[in-house]
Amino acid sequence: MKQKFDIITSTCVPLPLENVDTDQIIPARFLKATDKEGFGDNLFRDWRYDKEGHPIANFVLNDPTYGGCILVAGRNFGSGSSREHAAWAIAGYGFRVVISSFFADIHKNNELNNFVLPVEVSEDFLAELFQSIQDNPQMQVEVNLPAQTVTNLATGRCETFAINAYKKHCLMNGLDDIDFLLKNVETLPPAPPLHGGE
Amino acid sequence: MGKTLFDKIWDAHVVQNIPDGPTQLYIDRLYCHEVTSPQAFDGMRARGLRCLRPQQIFCMPDHNTPTHDQDRPIADPVSRKQVETLARNACEFGLTHYGMMSPDNGIIHVVGPEKGLSLPGMTIVCGDSHTSTHGAMGAVAFGIGTSEVEMVLAAQCILQQKPRSMRITINGNLGKGVTAKDVALFLMARITTSGATGYFVEYAGEVVRQMSMESRLTLCNLSIEMGARGGFIAPDETTFTYLQGREFAPQGEAWERALAQWRTLKSDDDAVFDRELVFNAADIEPRITYGTNPGMGIGITESVPEQGDVNFFKSLSYMGFRAGERLLGKKIDYVFLGACTNGRIEDFRAFASVVKGRKKAEGVVAWLVPGSWAVHRQICAEGLDRMLADAGFEIRQPGCSACLAMNDDKIPSGKYCLSTSNRNFEGRQGPGARTILCSPLVAAAAAVTGVITDPRELL
Repeated sequence: MKQKFDIITSTCVPLPLENVDTDQIIPARFLKATDKEGFGDNLFRDWRYDKEGHPIANFVLNDPTYGGCILVAGRNFGSGSSREHAAWAIAGYGFRVVISSFFADIHKNNELNNFVLPVEVSEDFLAELFQSIQDNPQMQVEVNLPAQTVTNLATGRCETFAINAYKKHCLMNGLDDIDFLLKNVETLPPAPPLHGGE
Repeated sequence: MGKTLFDKIWDAHVVQNIPDGPTQLYIDRLYCHEVTSPQAFDGMRARGLRCLRPQQIFCMPDHNTPTHDQDRPIADPVSRKQVETLARNACEFGLTHYGMMSPDNGIIHVVGPEKGLSLPGMTIVCGDSHTSTHGAMGAVAFGIGTSEVEMVLAAQCILQQKPRSMRITINGNLGKGVTAKDVALFLMARITTSGATGYFVEYAGEVVRQMSMESRLTLCNLSIEMGARGGFIAPDETTFTYLQGREFAPQGEAWERALAQWRTLKSDDDAVFDRELVFNAADIEPRITYGTNPGMGIGITESVPEQGDVNFFKSLSYMGFRAGERLLGKKIDYVFLGACTNGRIEDFRAFASVVKGRKKAEGVVAWLVPGSWAVHRQICAEGLDRMLADAGFEIRQPGCSACLAMNDDKIPSGKYCLSTSNRNFEGRQGPGARTILCSPLVAAAAAVTGVITDPRELL
C-alpha cells in the first residue's frame, strides 16, 4: 500500500454521478474480510455486476473504451459510511488518483492514508474534463504532486490543488501517520483528569 | 473574542499542531466493532506494537450479529470469523470486550452512552461514521477510518485537520408527532448531504434544550448525513441527570468534581461560528425520504419534487416513484425499528404508543430490534414486549440488523421498507431494497395500516 507518489500521467475512468456514497463503492456485504485483500474485485459491485454476477456491459468499469489509474467522479464523492474498505477497493482496483469537485471528509482521509491521492478541482475543470474524456477516451491527465497541479492534457487547462505539506511529504516518501505518531509517543501527557478522574 | 465549545474541547486535547499540517489530537475513548478493526489489529501485530492505553478502549460486535438465536454460533462462517476475530484481538491486546450474549452487548453507539462511557468534554472516536451520536453527551465524537483506529490503538492520538465550526439553532416548539428524527431529516433536506462537510456542528435552541437524551442522541447520530464530521449539544441538567449513577460515570466526590467542570462546557456568548443556521420548529412536520440519499426527503403530506437533474431521476427510478407524486397511502412491505439512530427505549415507547389498541397490518413484515440488551430489558420491564406481541409484533435480539443488512436481516429486492435507520442508499438494506427513512412514529403508523400514513392521525 505504501507507494511513493510523484507525477502520474494516465488516461481516466469517468463516473459522472454525484453523491457516490461508500455503500456504492463497496456494499456492506463485502465488508466481512479480516484483511485488506480482494476489495478491488467488488469495487462498485452492484453497478458493475448483475444479480447473477455477470458484468453489466454499460457500466464504465466494464467498458474497454476506458482505463487508466485516474478515477474522475462527480461532486461529493465518498459520502456516508466511514468504511476504509472503500479506499482499499479503489486502491485494490488499481486507481492511484481520484479527481472530483468535492470529497466527503472521512473518505478523503481514508484515501490519503492508503496512498490514493484525492484531487479536488473546480466544477468548471471537472465539467471540461468529463467532456474531454467523452470526446477522446484516450486523452490523458497529468497529476503532479510535487507541484500540486493537475493538467487536462487535451485542452492544456491546469489547476493547482490543495494538500497540506505534512501529508504531501508522507505521500512522496511513503510514510504513514503511525510512523509519525510512534516517534513522539513518549511526549504524550498522562490521560487528562477532566473526566471525573478516570 | 469568546470560544466555541468545540474550540474548548478540541484545544484541551491538542498534543501538537504540525506546521502546515494536521493536529495531533489526544483521544479519550476509542470504541471498536468487528467490521472496521481487524486490519488495524493486524497492523499493530505487523509492527510489533501493544496498545498504549488499553483501559480507554472498549470493543463489541454489533454489525454482523444475528437478531435471533444469539446463543448459537453465527451461521454465516464469514460473519462468525469477523466476530470471533474481534474477541481474540480484544483478548490479545488486553481490551474490554462485550461479546454477543453478554448482558452489556449492543450497538456501540447505544451502549457507550447508556453505560456512562461517553462523557461530556471527551474526544471519542470509532471506525464508524455514526460515532457522532456520542456528541449528544457534550463530547467531540466522530467517525474515523481503520488506519486511524490503528493510530489510536498504538498512540491514543490521531492526526486530524481541525474542522470549521457551525451552529444550527432550532427555535420554537416541535408539533405533535414531530420527533428528533424529523428535525434531522428536515436539516438534511434543507442543507443537502454535503452541506455541513468540513464542519463540526453545535445544535442549539429551544427545541434542542427541550429534547430528552434519547432524542439528542438521535439528532447527533444523523450529523454525518449532512456531511458534518460530528455534531454535539452542550451538556446541561438533562445530560447530568441521565449520566448520574451510570456504571462508568464518575461517582461520589469524583462526580461532584466532574459536574463542576462539565458546567463550564458551553460556547461563550461572544463566540463566533464559521457558519450559523437558524430554523423554526413550526416548519417541521413528520418526514419521509423518497430518494437514495438521506437529503432527498419531504414532509409526509408533501409531494416528491417535480424537477431534478440526472441524479434525481436515477434515484426515483431505483425507488419506483414518479416526480410530483404524493407518497401518503402507498403500500409498504417491511418496517424496521432500530439502529443506532432509533434503537433506544424512547423509540420503542413511541412505536408502542401508535400501536396501542391496533394490530399489525396483514402482509407487513416488521423487525423490531432493540439497540442493546439494556434496551431489551427495559422494554420487557415496561411490558411493551407483551403489548406489542398481542398486536402481532416480535421483539428481536439487539444489533445493527437491517440498517445495513450485514446479517440475515435483508430487505428483498424491490420491496419497500419504512426504516428508522439512517441511510437510504441503493442496496443499503439488501441488493435492490427500497428504503424510506422515517421516525418510529411514522414507522408504527405504516406498520398498523400497511401504507404510508401520517402518524398524527393515529395519535
